[in-house]
Amino acid sequence: MLLTREDLQNARTQYKTALDAQRTKILVCAGTGCVAGGSLDIHAELVRLVKERDICCDVDLEHEPHDDSVGVKKSGCHGFCEMGPLVRIEPQGWLYIKVKPEDCAEIVAETVIGGKFIDRLAYRKNGETYQTQENIPFYKKQTRLVLEHCGHIDATSIKEYLALSGYAALEKALFAMTPDEIVTEIDESNLRGRGGGGYPAGRKWSQVKRQKENQKYVVCNGDEGDPGAFMDRSVMEGDPHRMLEGMIIAGYACGASQGYIYVRAEYPLAIDRLETAIAEARECGLLGKNILGSGFDFDIAISKGAGAFVCGEGSALTASIEGNRGMPRVKPPRTVEQGLFGKPTVLNNVETFANVPLIILKGAAWYKTIGPEKSPGTKAFALTGNIENTGLIEVPMGTTLKEVIFDIGGGIRGGAGFKAVQIGGPSGGCLTSRHLDLPLDFDSLKKAGAMIGSGGLVVMDEHTCMVEVARFFMNFTQNESCGKCLPCREGTKRMLEILERIVAGQGEEGDIDMLLELADTISSTALCGLGKTAAFPVVSTVKYFRDEYEAHVNEKRCPSKTCQKLRKIFIDATLCKGCSKCARLCPVGAISGVIKEPFVIDAGKCVKCGACIEACAFKAIKED
Amino acid sequence: MSTEFMLIDNVPVEIAGEKNILAVIRKAGIELPTFCYYSELSVYGACRMCVVEDKWGDIHASCSTPPKAGMEIRTNTPRLRKYRKMILELFLSNHCRDCTTCEKNGKCKLQELAQRFGIKQVRFNNTSGEPDLDTSSLCIVRDRSKCILCGDCVRMCDEVQKVGAIDFAHRGSKMRVSPAFDEPIAKTNCVGCGQCAAVCPTGAIVVRDDTARLWHDISDRDAKVVVQIAPAVRVGIGKEFGLAEGENVMGRIVAALRRMGFDEVFDTSTGADLTVLEEAGEFLARLHKGEKLPLFTSCCPAWIQYAENNYPELMPNISTCRSPMQMFASVLKEHYRHSNRRVVVVAVMPCTAKKFEAARDEFREDGIPNVDYVITTQELVKMIRESGIVFSEVEPESVDMPFGAVSGAGVIFGVTGGVTEAVIRRLADDKSVSALRALAFTGVRGLKGVKEASIEYAGREVRIAIVSGLRNADNLIRQIKSGEKHYDFLEIMACPGGCIAGAGQPVTNEEGRKRRSAGLYDSDRMSSIKRSEENPVIMALYSGLLKGKVHNLLHVEYRRKA
Repeated sequence: MLLTREDLQNARTQYKTALDAQRTKILVCAGTGCVAGGSLDIHAELVRLVKERDICCDVDLEHEPHDDSVGVKKSGCHGFCEMGPLVRIEPQGWLYIKVKPEDCAEIVAETVIGGKFIDRLAYRKNGETYQTQENIPFYKKQTRLVLEHCGHIDATSIKEYLALSGYAALEKALFAMTPDEIVTEIDESNLRGRGGGGYPAGRKWSQVKRQKENQKYVVCNGDEGDPGAFMDRSVMEGDPHRMLEGMIIAGYACGASQGYIYVRAEYPLAIDRLETAIAEARECGLLGKNILGSGFDFDIAISKGAGAFVCGEGSALTASIEGNRGMPRVKPPRTVEQGLFGKPTVLNNVETFANVPLIILKGAAWYKTIGPEKSPGTKAFALTGNIENTGLIEVPMGTTLKEVIFDIGGGIRGGAGFKAVQIGGPSGGCLTSRHLDLPLDFDSLKKAGAMIGSGGLVVMDEHTCMVEVARFFMNFTQNESCGKCLPCREGTKRMLEILERIVAGQGEEGDIDMLLELADTISSTALCGLGKTAAFPVVSTVKYFRDEYEAHVNEKRCPSKTCQKLRKIFIDATLCKGCSKCARLCPVGAISGVIKEPFVIDAGKCVKCGACIEACAFKAIKED
Repeated sequence: MSTEFMLIDNVPVEIAGEKNILAVIRKAGIELPTFCYYSELSVYGACRMCVVEDKWGDIHASCSTPPKAGMEIRTNTPRLRKYRKMILELFLSNHCRDCTTCEKNGKCKLQELAQRFGIKQVRFNNTSGEPDLDTSSLCIVRDRSKCILCGDCVRMCDEVQKVGAIDFAHRGSKMRVSPAFDEPIAKTNCVGCGQCAAVCPTGAIVVRDDTARLWHDISDRDAKVVVQIAPAVRVGIGKEFGLAEGENVMGRIVAALRRMGFDEVFDTSTGADLTVLEEAGEFLARLHKGEKLPLFTSCCPAWIQYAENNYPELMPNISTCRSPMQMFASVLKEHYRHSNRRVVVVAVMPCTAKKFEAARDEFREDGIPNVDYVITTQELVKMIRESGIVFSEVEPESVDMPFGAVSGAGVIFGVTGGVTEAVIRRLADDKSVSALRALAFTGVRGLKGVKEASIEYAGREVRIAIVSGLRNADNLIRQIKSGEKHYDFLEIMACPGGCIAGAGQPVTNEEGRKRRSAGLYDSDRMSSIKRSEENPVIMALYSGLLKGKVHNLLHVEYRRKA
């Protein structure tokens, strides 16, 4: 129990000494991706093997520092998920990829005892072998501030967090700053909300601070619902204390004594880590009554969401915490005035809160040196799609799309051409090759008709059909509409209907204009932010790829040949030997003919599955 | 304070404390279309029909935007017209369009706005499903396929009535209004007040129609069909036939009913006079003994159900008096006991819950209900229309003997505070005209949801509360339970404003409620008998038909529903 500021400082020194004393640290990634790949077995196996060799296996920094101890830890997500399970060796900074439990004996024998690098577990690219994690191109161009601890410390230990100056920002805030100074510092840092809108966090805090209510709340939005996005999840899993620290500071600055973390139930690991972290923080006296003897009370509760995308919207989220149906309400009053339980509420997302300790500790002036003045700091992105390196990255705001996709992401998978990138999830828009030099920051993206959103980046190669992409996102939005306001509820349904028709080859003249008309109505009249942006994927794909829409509608042709129903499969009579293999294989009996004479496909019956193309030994079945 | 103005379509309009610009716009004489906005309910902001454009071209929902001095708003631009039409088209694309066979035909907001905005064509497939009926309730009928999800019913049921029998279920285009677990509405805690139907802009919730069976009985030569007309009906029906809202048209109703074939026509106010005497007596007895106080009135069947569901422990405090309709019905059945024809008692009521009350076991004799039919004012309107009677040209007639006299006290039962005032008239020692007039100013009149009054009786203060709207009632009960408030007598009506605004009445607004209320008080003023105990019919009843039967015919013990 840390009762005073001195207690905290002493604990920090003690844990740092203990941590430094560990001769070798083995960090097994225990993010969701690697856990799915079996990393917990690897961790258990490593612990067993290390103990078997009579090496002191330190898992608790409470113990007396031991010169020859080896720390085997579960770390948070490294971001390089497709190479997982990952194991990092410190102090060398080596990274082993795709580790299996059977590799553990070798790791212990060679690396832990022998101090040697195991070449076969290294990351290789273009003939080069990379020993240290930091040299791998995927990491080299990143600036990891929010994610600095993810993958580098034990995600389940408050002691390691304390050893690495954790809660030092809280200490500074409580003992060396007034609430006003904290709000001013955050305001001056130009920290903007990472949840999508990019609203200045400092302004939000000062608005809540101004409210004359005894009860105020701090709410952390961990309801990351965009398809393919997992930035917040990684922070919650990998460095939960950083986020808690940000929330406590926000509570102190704004005069709130209770915080809530709204996290989707589909993130069981994040919930588990957060619960552990909150329990640890309470045990240490960093949450609860009279924190560090400062007289400030603050506690945090977790509220699990049932996975509705709309609950990422502020008023729907607070309604959901209150136990009501998760539906946005009309504003005003705004959340800062009447948020959770009708009280003034600071509502920021995970990444925003995770930025706060850094700013408090290092100052607004330092923070503004990273990225552009108006939207400084870094941004985490989840890279997915047809890209060489998928995973979680963090770059300074203002990094260009080209750097992200080609330098960090390693370019398009399989050497295909780049076509577009969907940024900001289903509320965002697509950017094309003409935007490759666009700096990724709030204002530049807004100008280009896209948005950072929470930071999902879905990269698409030249074989992607943009109409199908629009249909996919519209399907998502339509499913996730809460159903409250008519434009979103009925409008998205009608847009989806039209898009489904178009990709099925039943597009009609006027469909594209109708899509735009519906989009205009929805964007202008929908109730909440999610509704207003629901049509963006369609609008931006029509803007940049109208010719693809027109090909689908007018020529019933999918230029990228992905829309199954638009495929035209035929048998080249000059090549067909009449073997009947295709006819026997066809699941719908669409192919017929006489043996040893060319067969034909009945286009009316054909379901365009393409099974015949693959089966034909003579490559006689072709696609238009 | 200097006056604040905003510009609406270039015309300066004063801002006088309106909470949203929609109210300012309507004040300026522009009827912006809405489906989900009711000034009595919270702002929901879902239909988006009320969108307006500001001078920067930004679009706002006027229902949820507060007015600011200097604001410049346009209500009718090409963009707004385009959006509104598109919204209507989207509504219609998912809505049954068989208007001619719809219960709400001619009164449907969607139909009205589609016509107003000239929607000639809907460019989307019609995806409305087959009728999806819930006919389980005796009071209302729901057709979910006609629901436009404006949420008015949900908010009414929760915010005003605190019943919460219905809410939204499912998400997005699968969203629907539903009782919990999709149970039939009759299996929920619905009290049958019908206020959901009163606010429903379409035919998704309508008042149950029992007229077909009734027509059959009217034309049955072997049936003697007698009808009683509730006080509120006479001021609620005129506007439907081109007469002034709130005008007392009792005489015309009587005439029309006779022409339709009803054999005897009576006034429920007679029953109300009986209620006054019984309830006043009961109150005095309790006051003397000092037990089972406060006394709650028992005229409103929705309130009775609400109490049964939520406060069963309060049932002993509720008056044992039957409602005026039931008192009068048992008197009528007794009166015609020896008729050689089958006697059918019909009640024309402003109320949907009365349909449920009439069907209760407590009001059956040998399995036969005392009231055979309850038809609402709305149903009466339909019957009059169907019969072809030109209501506005009908010569007024008076009700039949031997129950032909009513007091003004019985007539004002139709408005919130009326029951209380009638009982006070009975209790007051001073029977002078000036004392009677002064009563109107004790706080019992007016359409406020909660009114308090106190009178002197036998040297002690009698504290009275008059409540309409079940949430108001619930709040007060909680305050009574916590000891915060003390009353001796509470009048509770479920519908805000009392029976004049009952869900069986043609739908009206605040102004209409005021007029209807005024209509009843006018009628009282013109009545030569002011007090129930002065009604000769009542005196005759006590000395004749009711002798030895008062308890059996006029009182009830509600048995908790199984």
